[in-house]
Amino acid sequence: MAEISIRDISKTYGKNTIMQGVNLEIRQKEFVVILGPSGCGKSTLLRMIAGLEDITKGEISIDGTVVNALEPRQRGCAMVFQNYALYPHMTVAENIGYALKVAGVPKAARLERVAGVAKSVGLGEFLDRKPGQLSGGQRQRVAMARAIIREPKVFLFDEPLSNLDAKLRVQMRHEIRRIHNQIGATSVFVTHDQHEGMTLADRLVVMNKGTIEQVGTPEEIYERPASVYVAGFIGSPAMNMLPGRVDASRGAVLLDNGQSVPLPAQQARAANGNLVQVGLRPEQLFLASPASAQLTATYVFQEELGSGRVYHLQIEDIPLCVVSTEKRQMTEGDTVGLSFAADAVHLFDAKSGRRVARGTADRVLEVTA
Amino acid sequence: MRRAYFKTSWIAFALLAPQLLIIFVFFYWPSAQALYWAFTLEQPWGGGNTWVGFENFAKVLSDPYYWSSVRVSVIYALATTVLAMAMALTLAVFVDRQLSGYSAYRVAFIWPYAVAAPAVGLAFQFVFNPGAGIFSYINAVSPGMWNPSQYPSQAILSIVIAGAWKQVAYSFIFFLAALQSIPRSLTEAAAMDGARPLRRVLDLQLPLLTPTFFFLLVINITDSFTDSFGIVDTLTGGGPFRATDLLVYKIYADGFRGFDYSGAAAQSIILMCLVMALTFVQFRYVERRVHYT
Amino acid sequence: MIERTPILNIVTHLILIFGLVVILTPIWLAFVAATHTLQAVNSHPIEMWPGDQLLINLREAWAQSDFGPKFVNTLIVSTGVVLGKITLACITAFSLVFFNYRGRIVIFWMIFITLMLPLEVRIVPTYAVAANALSPFQTIMDAIGLTSLINMISGIEVALEWNLLNSYTGLILPLVATATGTFLYRQFFLTIPDELVEAARMDGAGPLRFLWDVLIPLSKTNIAALATIMFVYAWNQYLWPLLVITDRANYGMVVVQLSDLVPDQLTTGGGTPTWHLAMAATLVVMLPPIAIVIFMQRWFVRGLINTDK
Repeated sequence: MAEISIRDISKTYGKNTIMQGVNLEIRQKEFVVILGPSGCGKSTLLRMIAGLEDITKGEISIDGTVVNALEPRQRGCAMVFQNYALYPHMTVAENIGYALKVAGVPKAARLERVAGVAKSVGLGEFLDRKPGQLSGGQRQRVAMARAIIREPKVFLFDEPLSNLDAKLRVQMRHEIRRIHNQIGATSVFVTHDQHEGMTLADRLVVMNKGTIEQVGTPEEIYERPASVYVAGFIGSPAMNMLPGRVDASRGAVLLDNGQSVPLPAQQARAANGNLVQVGLRPEQLFLASPASAQLTATYVFQEELGSGRVYHLQIEDIPLCVVSTEKRQMTEGDTVGLSFAADAVHLFDAKSGRRVARGTADRVLEVTA
Repeated sequence: MRRAYFKTSWIAFALLAPQLLIIFVFFYWPSAQALYWAFTLEQPWGGGNTWVGFENFAKVLSDPYYWSSVRVSVIYALATTVLAMAMALTLAVFVDRQLSGYSAYRVAFIWPYAVAAPAVGLAFQFVFNPGAGIFSYINAVSPGMWNPSQYPSQAILSIVIAGAWKQVAYSFIFFLAALQSIPRSLTEAAAMDGARPLRRVLDLQLPLLTPTFFFLLVINITDSFTDSFGIVDTLTGGGPFRATDLLVYKIYADGFRGFDYSGAAAQSIILMCLVMALTFVQFRYVERRVHYT
Repeated sequence: MIERTPILNIVTHLILIFGLVVILTPIWLAFVAATHTLQAVNSHPIEMWPGDQLLINLREAWAQSDFGPKFVNTLIVSTGVVLGKITLACITAFSLVFFNYRGRIVIFWMIFITLMLPLEVRIVPTYAVAANALSPFQTIMDAIGLTSLINMISGIEVALEWNLLNSYTGLILPLVATATGTFLYRQFFLTIPDELVEAARMDGAGPLRFLWDVLIPLSKTNIAALATIMFVYAWNQYLWPLLVITDRANYGMVVVQLSDLVPDQLTTGGGTPTWHLAMAATLVVMLPPIAIVIFMQRWFVRGLINTDK
């Protein structure tokens, strides 16, 4: 219902700049997840959209109206907070209906809407309870209901699932997505959990140190991470990184320890002589016999996943891991061979950390910033 | 620390105004006026005050009665503080063991907080009176030996005991609360380390009480200056021979009975400085030196 | 307890019982004296157990000190102080905690300093202000020449006067003029999570709405604590009413009555004190705040600790 446009936003506290030149366009009815570690500025960005935080520089507009000077209640946003922020002395019904009460909606109409919304999130029978008598999941639902009842143009979620246990988290994730689809509001969801981000988002925004690293669909971001930072942040276990130098004559990256990783000729020529990081996802590496392998490594230990195993290896002193459904018994110090497909190789510039394009096939999604 | 604020508007200042107005009229203005009086002298036939510099202070400080008042105030402050805190600490440590009767003991040591100072003074005047109280036994054995209205040292002893009695509850409340805020896991760890209950008191509880201890030290001394008025006025009336003429009592007597506003103002200023200095010491040094958990 | 310590437990009880004796003896003796005739009180050996004269003594003490109207006065003043303090403390702390304006810290300290100097210490000048509570403004107007300006323009001699001596206002206002409650409230407000404020803002509630709908319901225990502390504080005031009220028949407070019960040895050289009546009156005066402290114990203790720390 609403599109949000964030233009050249900066935020400073005193002398500390915590956000610098952030640009982002969020489309109508889109579900955007802002992902990043704590302190990267993602919550601040969300709170600036909500109007809870002043904007030092730049402009935010919702549906074409610049909202910089508007009070939160005038922006048509609703927010779900990390710790729910329920009013402890009010019942569930009073919590849900408080915004309507403030807005002067008559009691009868209010109660009717509260009952409707409460039912839609499965709280029908808890209307008279106080938040203290509810479980974590139920409180979460109250917080959602409180946001839904205002029929907002924009839904803002500030790490709403981080206080729940793992099972409930998955359940609430589905619930949130269902409600989003049902209401058709624009949603902005902040989290540090990559699974949440990957599963919920239409588009993901990866932030780091107050700037946006990459914007794209979860798939794009997984398959073509724009930087070492994004590559390391998305995917679990994290992408393996091997430092080396491009040698066009050999059509490969020479690793520091003498081994090499082959590259497409065009790419190798373009980056000849550059110091690079070679990125290989653990799930795209395969165990092979040392003789026929592209790389060899030393076995350290392994972790059981049930469906497979994580093998922890080393090339010299650089740690490396492989996820495989194959279950193999090994002892520490064994030599392990590794193989991978040609298109599993990600190349990053060692100095800038940015992705090195793999010819024309690979359209790197440059950051809009 | 980030805080979520409301947009500043006239409301913020409207809410602040009543308190500011009231402290201006009844706190800052009087304090400033005391300062003004302390450095001026009222003309005998009207015509305003004349500036006399430190003359009032000089007069006060050269008055032997003032110094004897200081002396007895210091004795009173130290004696009541030591007595009350020692008693309160002991009781708190043992009440904290939470044996049967815990809540009864607790109430019994807390309620004296609610007793007005003059009522304490009056009750103790009865207890200490030479004719009918328990101390009259002394006189039954040796007539005339006990009479606080005649013997200065006995009068001082009386107000000290009454004052200490009044202060126990306050210190007790704080000591007990501090003891109960020591995490249970800490006590359990000490018990696992083999420390017996008394040992834990010495090694664990007392060290952790240090901040409370210093806090109460300052509060008790300050209170002994201010709260003593009611006790002195009902118990000894400052006598005999001005032996229990504590500072606040003397200010009252000089100012309102002797109508020496300038002298009383000078004394007030000295006392204000003293109390502020004590509070300052508490905030600046004591809190910093003490280790918190 | 963690371990079994029978001997230490006995010692504990002995020490605590000793404490009880020390604390209770003076009040017990006062109580016993209030239950006997004057002859019995003055006789030897002294009475250790209550007699049967309590009601008679109470009635006589009550009549002698004219306690009826004085209890009403004391109740009015205490209630006034309690209400005034709670209201002031609440709104002041609210402004200090939930707004972020320039000079907030300075104002905070200005209020904080009032904690340092109890009324007793600045009694002389406060008394002078009470004689005319508007004198500060008059003096300021005189000093900046506003008075003569008004006089020149309108011919009116401005003379502001508001005498607070012998009035409830005079008793109440100076007692409200410190920051005790403000700090209790501030401590409490600081524990309110930021998100709650933000949720309220998202819900469209302005500051006053938030104060009324959220903070005041949440601060019920705070109110109870502060009310207890301030009630005891106001009820037990002695020096201030002694000075401000000369018309004791109409405005006297009960605690001040205590000063007249026993003949002053200094001025009258003694005379036989009527101990039985004096002690009966003392008990009557003591009772209401004690009852409140015991009844409100839980909240009061918590409040006291948060106020002063």
